[in-house]
Amino acid sequence: MSGAPRIHARVAEVIPVNALIKTFRFVPLDGGPVPPFSGGSHIVVEMNDNGTRRLNPYSLMSDPSDTSGYSISVRRDDFGRGGSLFMHNHVEPGMEMTISYPVNLFPEDARAKKHLLIAGGIGITPFIAQMAQMDAQNANFELHYAVQSRSLGQFGDELKRSYDNRVHLYYDDEGIFIDIPKLLRGQPLGTHVYTCGPKGMINAVHDLAEKAGWPKGAVHSEEFLAPPVGEPFEVELARSGKTITVGAVQSLLEAMEANGVDAPYLCRGGACGQCECDVLALEGDIEHNDHWLTPEQRASGKKIMPCVSRFSGERLVLDL
Amino acid sequence: MGIQFNDETFRNDYTYRNSPAGLARFPFPFPEDEYMYSVNIEPHTPGRKGSVFEHSFDVDEHYVSEMKDRARVLAEDPLRCQSLPHMTLAGWDLLELIMESKARDYPDMFELHKNGNKWRWVNKPLGIDDTFTFLDESTLPYGPMEYITRQAQGDFTLQDQREDNLWIEAGMVTSQADWSLDFDIGMSFHEWHAPVPLAGGMGIFDRALKFLLKLQYGAPVRRFNWTMTVDPRLDTAPETYPKWGPSKTTLNMDNVGARQHLRVELQTLYRLPRSNAIVFPIRCYLISFQDLVTVPKWGRRLHRVLQGLPQELAEYKGFARNRELLTNWLAQYDDGAPTSPGWWAED
Repeated sequence: MSGAPRIHARVAEVIPVNALIKTFRFVPLDGGPVPPFSGGSHIVVEMNDNGTRRLNPYSLMSDPSDTSGYSISVRRDDFGRGGSLFMHNHVEPGMEMTISYPVNLFPEDARAKKHLLIAGGIGITPFIAQMAQMDAQNANFELHYAVQSRSLGQFGDELKRSYDNRVHLYYDDEGIFIDIPKLLRGQPLGTHVYTCGPKGMINAVHDLAEKAGWPKGAVHSEEFLAPPVGEPFEVELARSGKTITVGAVQSLLEAMEANGVDAPYLCRGGACGQCECDVLALEGDIEHNDHWLTPEQRASGKKIMPCVSRFSGERLVLDL
Repeated sequence: MGIQFNDETFRNDYTYRNSPAGLARFPFPFPEDEYMYSVNIEPHTPGRKGSVFEHSFDVDEHYVSEMKDRARVLAEDPLRCQSLPHMTLAGWDLLELIMESKARDYPDMFELHKNGNKWRWVNKPLGIDDTFTFLDESTLPYGPMEYITRQAQGDFTLQDQREDNLWIEAGMVTSQADWSLDFDIGMSFHEWHAPVPLAGGMGIFDRALKFLLKLQYGAPVRRFNWTMTVDPRLDTAPETYPKWGPSKTTLNMDNVGARQHLRVELQTLYRLPRSNAIVFPIRCYLISFQDLVTVPKWGRRLHRVLQGLPQELAEYKGFARNRELLTNWLAQYDDGAPTSPGWWAED
């Protein structure tokens, strides 16, 4: 929802973690506390990238009970749309930025007898906050964290120091991989599994858990999708009475915002469903890139998620 | 303290009353002459000064007496307050929300002093001055939800969110309109709304659930609901139906003005930060028909609303038996003049 409260923040720290990752810490400009949050929450960071307004979601990785500020980590993507590069190249300590209140699309299930956490790469960040929360609750958890190499594995080293044998580390370049089938087989009843990382890992956990007979509600994952780049297209907005052009490296949602249309959103990563809108007329093909719509809804051609989905064809009219 | 608290009862001799000031700020729930369900949700932002919307949690002249009534209900039936084990953190969230709100909004009555996790809570109207450790249950006389809701008007339910649904898994429910926490606890959103007629077929619950799953911390919302109660009784639970149900058979044209009450629920919804749960405070306000008709706009409008109401709703809300009696009595106060839009008496 675009009407939710925002926090005017100052960048307190920028810490290079390794060759690809930097950690950013935000504190409120007014010196007050930030709201506490639940592990797994993200914030949307607003960037003014030389006139282009970017709003990207990042998982909070600080201790949820620490109300002095929020920390996120950003992995640099040299071939993306530019959000991570902006964070890496332009965001310095002292800068003022606007961030959203926390939203949780990846909460722990508090009923679980045990939490089995499976992370890949930058997908570790929500788990860092969750583990702090679980540790404070004396909850039973176990982390399995895979990274490309030891030189990209600093978060794992830190977590190992804090949580010792509850943390298991894996390195692709050394041929040390997570044996997911074995891991899923050995869990006590009442275990919930959570995964965040590359698409292949998330899909594997879901498929293997289903095959092994895990209840659907005991398997949790989160993946934010960057809006993909593509060919520019036009869209008619019926209620606003506007026809707008969506640029190659712009999302439909961003194009609407740039044209003064206040469209709903929450995660901006295809996961939450908040921006779902009705397609009134369609001559062409929608490229559905979200996690939200069902296969039936996609096939119907009557729904689109403007935060990540694109279009190619003659005419697209939305109820916005 | 700015509020003069009534010494009154909600059972037996029923000495409950609204003062002229209480009457003037009563939340009349009908913005127009007809009523039908809608997802009538708006942001719960601070409203008109002096109104029940002025603060996050309204404290009024009934506060102290309502809390005494709650304690009596709980002494007779402890199951009116329950919390499944995984909802304790949500209880702490609620405790913090209520303490911070009241200390901010009514500094003359409530104080919250935080020193790290060592907190001191002062509730002057109830004579409480407690020091405890936040998130350590052993330092409070009750669980966190029970502790704070023994000091807060209205009912409270806590919903866990998982599998794209909400599950009612904790609550303090002693001033309810004929429903039961003990019966509903553990149910999903559509399950606990199943008894409501008509609305399911209208898609109301599907839309409401979808909206609530996206409810954000820092952006609470509110809506009104309403029903009817004979005599100003807060605790109209299914468990105690024999104590209050038969009163419906004792109404007549002479006593309906004094004994029939419109029961208004100001319902709010907040996302809670640490648990990601949703709290649903349901604040109950009662007004007798004879007090209600002192505002001509309200008397006229209630007559029209009750006349036009679908029969299923009159049955669901428990006054189908007396519907004709109520409309006949209210007819004396409906001169046919138009009513102004909105529910504020003075508009």
